[in-house]
Amino acid sequence: MGVGVLALQGDVREHLVVLRALGAEPRLVRTAADLAACTALVLPGGESTTMARLIEAFQLEPPLRAAIAAGLACLSTCAGTILLARTIEDGLPGQLALGVLDIAVRRNAFGPQRESFEAELAVPAVGSEPVPVAFIRAPTIEAVGPGVEVLATHLGKPAAIRQGRHLALTFHPEITGDSRLHALFLRGLGPTPEGGG
Amino acid sequence: MSAETNGHVVTGSPRIKRGLAEMLKGGVIMDVVTPDQAEIAQEAGAVAVMALERVPADIRRDGGVARMSDPALITAIIGAVSIPVMAKCRIGHFVEAQILQALGVDYIDESEVLTPADEEHHVDKWPFTVPFVCGARDLGEAFRRISEGAAMIRTKGEAGTGNVVEAVRHMRAVSQGIRRLHGLRDDELPAAAKELGAPLELVRETARLGRLPVVNFSAGGLATPADAALMMQLGCDGNFVGSGIFKSGDPKRRAKAIVAATTYFDKPDMLAEISADLGEPMVGIEIATLGREELLAARGI
Repeated sequence: MGVGVLALQGDVREHLVVLRALGAEPRLVRTAADLAACTALVLPGGESTTMARLIEAFQLEPPLRAAIAAGLACLSTCAGTILLARTIEDGLPGQLALGVLDIAVRRNAFGPQRESFEAELAVPAVGSEPVPVAFIRAPTIEAVGPGVEVLATHLGKPAAIRQGRHLALTFHPEITGDSRLHALFLRGLGPTPEGGG
Repeated sequence: MSAETNGHVVTGSPRIKRGLAEMLKGGVIMDVVTPDQAEIAQEAGAVAVMALERVPADIRRDGGVARMSDPALITAIIGAVSIPVMAKCRIGHFVEAQILQALGVDYIDESEVLTPADEEHHVDKWPFTVPFVCGARDLGEAFRRISEGAAMIRTKGEAGTGNVVEAVRHMRAVSQGIRRLHGLRDDELPAAAKELGAPLELVRETARLGRLPVVNFSAGGLATPADAALMMQLGCDGNFVGSGIFKSGDPKRRAKAIVAATTYFDKPDMLAEISADLGEPMVGIEIATLGREELLAARGI
């Protein structure tokens, strides 16, 4: 099992720390060759427009699409979730949306940084204790398709969703260091994925 | 299966303020003086823009007192882009900082590029909801700014010169300071804290982590993709580029190239391609030709 972290830009280090604590040996993914060694990919938080520009400039979109079509499982936080969405409601003209997840997202939905917040999020799929998380200039998920399971909501909108082996979050558990959502993702990669969508 | 948050949310905590800087890592923050330039920066892949009336090279040329930019300009730039917008207040000018927070900027740079408003005190940054970035020349300065509430550090470098030498000096000084702490015994840290003029807890945390507890960018004199990659190889988390982009011959291409070089900083083959055919870089200034009173980095230490 090769878990990669897309390392074009963003909070890569925080994801590496959580993944290592769970016993994974994550590798950095910046090129198509890096990606070829991965069976799972974490798309971190950061600026979605920056990552999209780099994916385009370095021709990473075709290998990403091909790898996902061939079964690469994705865990995404914040900007990563925007990259994987089917629709970006307020994207820049032509902004890359890989269309892996059947969701529509709105970027930076809470306003400027002064509105960013920490919260305790109930996520029954990982246990009864709420997960401490950070929403940082976070997007919202405005619509989900029929194959999408909502694992947690904030203010009535989905904040964590699962679609097949993909897990997508609008927030950052890696900033608070809670590893349970990463563990859920890694468990889903096994030969007998639990849950499923 | 789904459930709600319990409704209790916390804004403006150290974790949230430092967290935004974590999201900017591996990226480039570009100085812009118009909404059009902000759009160009965003299009090129900037992770944030710094909204200014004048880039440091022009502040240096014009002289006089440099202050916070016109709120109307900052608001226009906020309206032009979706990426975070930063703006500068003068060192110690907490009312400029209050105004910038009220405008909804995403980060405040308490900056030596502007004329200091207080020669003794920096802004007390803890009470603000908006996070601050501050410049530092060495580890002691970085610690003092963090202890005042800075959620992000950058090297001071020597802004507006297009000369990377001071940014290199400052990044090496911070890194060497951290490596030294990392090698000390626990019972030697109090003396080190005293020497650095820094709180012991911060010194202990940094020694344990082997890095600052906040993100550390480079700034001040970067002008080429190679400069950006150099600073990344020296261990910074990302780059500020001020005059280096919009004072160059082809800002769009240079901006894209500096973004790419910050990501692929350790791949010389790619850097060679990224650096090719970018037009004229900004004209640089040899630091030794500047008088002592012209050095911005000596402000607010």
